[in-house]
Amino acid sequence: MTANVIGKAIRRKEDPALIQGKGLYTDDMKMAGMLHAAFVRSPFGKARILGIDASRATELEGVHAVYTAEDVRQLGPLLAQVAIGALRPLLADGTVNHVGEAVAMVVATDRYVAQDAVDAVDVDYEPLEAVVDLEDAASDRTIANDTNASNVIHVWEVGDADAVAAARATDGAVEVSVKMINQRLIPTAIEPRSALADYNGGYGNMTLYSSSQIPHAVAGALGKTFGLSSNNVRVIAPEVGGGFGAKLNYYSEEALVTFASRELGSPVKWTETRREASVATIHGRGWVGTATIVGTGEGKILAYELDALSDMGAYTQNFTVAIPLLGQYVAPGQYDIPIHWKVQCVATNAPTTDAYRGAGRPEAIFYLERAIDAFAREIGMDPADVRKRNFFEEFPATTAAGMLMDSGDYGANLDKLLELADYQGLRRKQEEARAEGRTIGIGLSTYVEVCGFGPSALAEGGFSWASYGLPAAFNGSGLVRVNPDGTATVMIGTGPSGQGHETTWAQIVSEALGIAVEDIQVRHGDTRDSPMGIGTFGSRSLAVDGSATSQAAEKVREKAARVAAHMMEASPDDIEFADGGAHVTGSPDKTVTWAEIAEVAYQPHRLPDGMEGGMEANAVFSPANATWPFGSHLAVVDVDTTTGDVTLLEYFAMDDCGNVINPMIVDGQVHGGLAQGISQALFEHAIFDEDGNLLTGSLLDYPIPTAGDLPSFTLDRTTTPTDVNPMGVKGIGEAGTIGSAQTVLNAVIDAVAHLGVTHIDMPLRPKRVWQAIHGNGA
Amino acid sequence: MFSRQFEYLAPTSLDDALSALASTPGAKIMSGGQSLIPLMKLRLFSPGTVVDIGRIDGLGDIVERDDHISIGALVRHNQTASDPLVAEHATALGQAAAWTGDHQVRNRGTTCGAMAHADIAADQPAAAIALGATMVARSSSGEREIPAQEFFVDALTSALSDDEILVELRVPTSTNGSTSAYDKLGRRGGHTDYAVAGVAVWVQVTDGSVSDARIGVTGVGTRPSLAEAAASALIGTDGNDEAITDAAALVTDGITVIEDLYGSVEYKTHLAKVFTERALRQALAG
Repeated sequence: MTANVIGKAIRRKEDPALIQGKGLYTDDMKMAGMLHAAFVRSPFGKARILGIDASRATELEGVHAVYTAEDVRQLGPLLAQVAIGALRPLLADGTVNHVGEAVAMVVATDRYVAQDAVDAVDVDYEPLEAVVDLEDAASDRTIANDTNASNVIHVWEVGDADAVAAARATDGAVEVSVKMINQRLIPTAIEPRSALADYNGGYGNMTLYSSSQIPHAVAGALGKTFGLSSNNVRVIAPEVGGGFGAKLNYYSEEALVTFASRELGSPVKWTETRREASVATIHGRGWVGTATIVGTGEGKILAYELDALSDMGAYTQNFTVAIPLLGQYVAPGQYDIPIHWKVQCVATNAPTTDAYRGAGRPEAIFYLERAIDAFAREIGMDPADVRKRNFFEEFPATTAAGMLMDSGDYGANLDKLLELADYQGLRRKQEEARAEGRTIGIGLSTYVEVCGFGPSALAEGGFSWASYGLPAAFNGSGLVRVNPDGTATVMIGTGPSGQGHETTWAQIVSEALGIAVEDIQVRHGDTRDSPMGIGTFGSRSLAVDGSATSQAAEKVREKAARVAAHMMEASPDDIEFADGGAHVTGSPDKTVTWAEIAEVAYQPHRLPDGMEGGMEANAVFSPANATWPFGSHLAVVDVDTTTGDVTLLEYFAMDDCGNVINPMIVDGQVHGGLAQGISQALFEHAIFDEDGNLLTGSLLDYPIPTAGDLPSFTLDRTTTPTDVNPMGVKGIGEAGTIGSAQTVLNAVIDAVAHLGVTHIDMPLRPKRVWQAIHGNGA
Repeated sequence: MFSRQFEYLAPTSLDDALSALASTPGAKIMSGGQSLIPLMKLRLFSPGTVVDIGRIDGLGDIVERDDHISIGALVRHNQTASDPLVAEHATALGQAAAWTGDHQVRNRGTTCGAMAHADIAADQPAAAIALGATMVARSSSGEREIPAQEFFVDALTSALSDDEILVELRVPTSTNGSTSAYDKLGRRGGHTDYAVAGVAVWVQVTDGSVSDARIGVTGVGTRPSLAEAAASALIGTDGNDEAITDAAALVTDGITVIEDLYGSVEYKTHLAKVFTERALRQALAG
């Protein structure tokens, strides 16, 4: 009998501390003699720095130092994995290229004095012409960052333009094109970034606390910047209050507090303010493009084409240029169709973009699924039927983007969604509502995601960690140790920011060893204690590091079975683990507890001859392929055509993430993902004026979703396990976001199409919906 | 919160607060702090002294007195939103308070504070105007009453002098046939967040016809203001749909509608009409 804890909705072990406010975040850390850093940031989208006069600032009582590019130039620019385009200097060197770029760092005895000193640094700027609009930037009329010869710094292209031309030439082919904006967003974690560096000159050791998703990677990058070995750098990501990809960068502030701590011999802390977060942390999305479907009047899609621009911002950081490549991987979605897909990476005078929940995949699926909806409307076919007509039906499947998808069952998933939502019933209600003067819309989207990074071979295709001083390949590890008292400690190299790893990993180990979940502690985030791991992002932790942990637990189980067999004079093959110990199959009264097993294991003279003492194992796992979660979503909206106000009435999500360890945690991930995707559809938009000023730089003007903005979601799942990892798990962190923005948009268009509206760009603020309806003379 | 340095005073009597205000140039009153603190935190506003009136007894009540209900300086939004006297006599104000901010803001911020802050898109000022409320301002040299429609001077500017505290908001008690309502579109859609456009109406119906009316508009101009032409057009009608539409068409007369992130001039003008119609239908149905 196994422990049977996998698949149970066990309450999160993380939560008691967090909901009591007792979780420790980076900003909670206080050290003797600690100083505080604050940054002077550019008020211009682009300007030449003619001079920096810090004399008024340095005269203030309590100010220890003001640093500029002169002081840190020798450390080089910020590192990036895909180093195409201008790299970011740690502090602006000669020019600033976006509003919010760090120009100088002030270090003072407290945060208030530091802010006073920031206000007292006089920077003489000569403003230069900035370019923010993507199409304008792509024309190279104005160069955003003079380090680049062209604003178009890279082009990602896949598929077959000839196949699209051939489709167009087909008799009776119907072609539908929609030009759409997938707007720039500001990832907004509840905890802003924070970093505390403590350099101990006696030991020659650097310790950095940082609110990061990638502690090991930051440690590697610090080592490279400062010439320190792995033994001399320790990075600790304590509790991390959300990341969403925005904490998947090694940031200049992390390097700069480290520099200042080494220079001044004191711990130095910096915590981002909310307003600072909107310009100093990476942004996400920011695409404009035209999506085209060519198909038959019977709903067969003959070709799909995307021609898009993607906003990189002023500087290339960690994965900036690679984000559209992630979109390219899923460009054909769930469909067995020819494609031609091209995205140009365009530099602008705005903050850098990089991974934000979904990272390239929400954009790719958005364009595809909006275009399919427009095509269905054009040929007068039900959008569900058009989708079904074009699904991949056999797996493994090789897509037109050249990717191998190991598993899927798209038709069954969509059918189950339509049944859950009572799709036909909703269509009837929609008719009835219209007769009563209410404008209801029903929107659909399917999606496929690529995640669980992943296969080490990806490192050769653009995704690598080498520039941060890590091994290039992606893999994960887990260390499982049974302690002398029979409890277990699990150490992992992930960097969770709310995903519930402490609970999920405990369930994995509990399942294997029969040790109770509450007796298993999962440690992460401290590079000194944890085995190598590249962090938590791209819905990868469970599929990769979780798999490694399950393998490590299996090794411990095998050894423990031999020890228990020795103790009970039985065969290891007859040992089963449950209820906190081991027993012999068929003899439930013949039992030893884990404490008894451990007692023997830690006294080698009591072990069988030749067996090594101790009870722990490490495993490293590198999957053969990424995983391919998928799903389908349905939204029902009510549009007040008089005001343009959209109310999301119902939302149904049918996700397939393979096997599920903790369904409550999976549901929670879907909830959060949906909230962010729906929020892109309805609320969020980083708006700049033509000079590059961010007009939505505070939460007053940049609305993030709250529970009150959203209906109760109706969730269900299909389960199609993968065989690329031992647990058959795929990943769920981003799925909700990838599936949802276009689902809501499709619903709104469905509601107002009869008024002559064919498309509305997100966010669907009432003013836009109203303009779309009434601008058409309807 | 990394404000500039400031002095903090927390008097326990109104007289002490008023004398602190009179003797300290640049001092600023704080009640719930929901508007002041964000401004200070961003260093957009840096008063040398903050006089916190939160510890003064006797300012936190809603009471009926003579011909009005009185809402004290420390009455929280949630208190205004749920108070039975407000529901009976000042329906529009209760509704506006319920749609102010979020729960945390409503538990802390005050109705009088929202008035004194005079945000161009705040909800409750529109209701105060429509209800014909009176602001009671006190200084160390005395007390004066300011009609709500004269209280909102410009963006973030009220008629209060530097040495005055808004100690009380007085709303006339309702009489037979008088009703009020508030409706809006919030920046997040629905009723959530500041008003893109918000309209409060008060109507007195006598013998089947509208004998008096007042309409307060927020969100669309540079200050919450009285829509006199629209109200005049409604008076004397029986409040039927046509009369409502005709009146609503005049709601932005005399108001300079301004564009912002949430709407063009055309859109906001349209919304003001829509919410005038909706609020009037609601009030006249009640």
